[in-house]
Amino acid sequence: MSTLAPIWIEGIGVWAQGAADWPSLRARMAETRAEPSDDECAGKPAAALLAPGERRRAPISVRLAVEAGAQAVAMSERDASTLPCLFSSAHGDSGILDYMCATLAEAPRELSPTRFHNSVHNAAAGYWTIATGCHAASDALCAWRHSFGAGLLEAIGEVLSGGQPVLLVSYDVPGEGPLGEMIDSRAPFGCALVLAPAQSERSLARLDVRTGPAQAVSSAQAPFLRWLAERNLSAGAAPLLEALADSGSHTLEMPAAPALGLHIAMEVAP
Amino acid sequence: MNTRVMTPLAVSAYTAVSALGNGRQGHARALAEGRGGLRENDISSAPLACWIGRVPGIEAHALPEDMAHWDCRNNRLVHMGLQADGFIERVRAARERYGRERIGVFMGTSTGSIEATEAGYRQLEDGRLPAALRRPGIHSLHSLSAFTAEYLDLQGPALTVSTACSSSAKVFAMASRMLALGVIDAAVVGGADTLCDSVLFGFNSLELVSKRPARPFDASRDGLSLGEAAGFALLERTDAAPDAPRLVGYGEASDAHHMSTPHPQGLGAELALRDALARAGLDAKAVDYINLHGTATPKNDEVEAALLARTFSTRTRASSTKGYTGHTLGAAGIVEAVVALTAIEHGLIPGNLGCDEPEPVCASHLALQAEHRPVHVALSNSFGFGGNNACLAFAHARGAGA
Repeated sequence: MSTLAPIWIEGIGVWAQGAADWPSLRARMAETRAEPSDDECAGKPAAALLAPGERRRAPISVRLAVEAGAQAVAMSERDASTLPCLFSSAHGDSGILDYMCATLAEAPRELSPTRFHNSVHNAAAGYWTIATGCHAASDALCAWRHSFGAGLLEAIGEVLSGGQPVLLVSYDVPGEGPLGEMIDSRAPFGCALVLAPAQSERSLARLDVRTGPAQAVSSAQAPFLRWLAERNLSAGAAPLLEALADSGSHTLEMPAAPALGLHIAMEVAP
Repeated sequence: MNTRVMTPLAVSAYTAVSALGNGRQGHARALAEGRGGLRENDISSAPLACWIGRVPGIEAHALPEDMAHWDCRNNRLVHMGLQADGFIERVRAARERYGRERIGVFMGTSTGSIEATEAGYRQLEDGRLPAALRRPGIHSLHSLSAFTAEYLDLQGPALTVSTACSSSAKVFAMASRMLALGVIDAAVVGGADTLCDSVLFGFNSLELVSKRPARPFDASRDGLSLGEAAGFALLERTDAAPDAPRLVGYGEASDAHHMSTPHPQGLGAELALRDALARAGLDAKAVDYINLHGTATPKNDEVEAALLARTFSTRTRASSTKGYTGHTLGAAGIVEAVVALTAIEHGLIPGNLGCDEPEPVCASHLALQAEHRPVHVALSNSFGFGGNNACLAFAHARGAGA
């Protein structure tokens, strides 16, 4: 059991079909309807931060991560070029992995070089640092079913050890092809938080985190968040996002590894 | 960046398996004798004409029965690597001392067990992966860390870093932060990547693979040789292993330049190097040996040679060891950390195998043949796609000036 120093959330970004930013997700959370409509499912992350050429080359997972990250940084009013960034994703771009495995099985010499370099798990971190001119540390991680909680713990570690704000982005896209059956991902979802080591006029919430044995995991109440959490491992963030939408005190249990939990006491500003 | 000097950590056990063999002795001997492990490619489904650093015996290696659900080439390599140098015994002792929930597992990989997914796509059954490969765990990039934690019976944080070729260098940074935070008392760090079609045909599509054995820093170099490897280190506070070599610094930085070519002036690489020296509280003059990233691609070595020449005097000896092992991608960080630790423990500067006519700018820094001299401080550079750079600093237990 370890008690960590407090940290503060300064920015929130989200993208889901039918909830393209934090205000829309808050509105969507109030609805009793869970499933997005066909029109909502046609939406794609804008990722306006990317230069047009990069945006054309970027796979959908990168556009999703960049969109969520850009929203969170804009809300925090921090300078993305100096902000260490950490991208967590259970499966990265599983659509590209499906393409690669299918091509390698049939015509390996025809593998596309662009899709190969886009297949690296740190593609989102690469495109993000290029778009923002960021020379700080960038990270790309995963922890399968615990990717959000593990990413949050690592991001807190970076905030506290470096004494500086850090951007955390967690995102997953739907699995495709035969690999898709092995992947617990059936809807796109990305979220991002700017975390800081001290309170400021931009603070949205204070988090006091204790690590310890895994407990019964908290789950969100809003039908849409529950729908997402069943279809996307990055939506492990759902209970934290739901708490952020409601000023006051909250306690949450989030898993960071099979036997390790994060006990989070949150104080959300009005 | 306001880098603070870090509290050094003991590297109380370490080991690696690569084309040079299984365990530290095999590596030290091959490096001392200048004997490489590359061979003609005989692995991919339609072999490309190139050379590879293949680990013999993986195909016949079996996981323990109770671990069969993790079986795949990459996890067999992990399991092979864990058997050498008393690593498991040292982890067991740490588990008894600290408790299994107080030890983290941080592993780096580039492609994890994608080789099993590739194999599944070659044998589809009615459009599905064959029944024997319908095991979600091995199709997750986290496969190697989940397997390592389960096999070693560790229950602390378990994370996989996948920043291409810097992955298993960055795990040292992550473990250091978790130790500093007090979340854990020890960490198993490492990484593994196996040869597979994704990387052989992928790097070939980018025209980065040489038809000959890789020649890092040679004026005529024309690309890399791919390899496979796994490696591990146990990090603890220094009072637990006062005589063990130490991790004294780490540095991380981004190029912000291009997805698959390095920054032309090596900006991210230099920031990572300076960050590592600052965290170690060391001047460049204190560095005895630097294990270079040295992939043998024309661009990487050009940029890294210039960085070496402008940062260090020729008192600092340097070499790339990718001519021995091939470029082991996500495992390169840990394998070359093991080389740097071997340099410190044996007073052995490995020769830069494959280089006959060195790049003029760094010719007087490069050790072309093995050199025997005391090494108190050794660095290891690891740079990845997406402009992801890391640098590690290790020192002798008696310190930089011992």
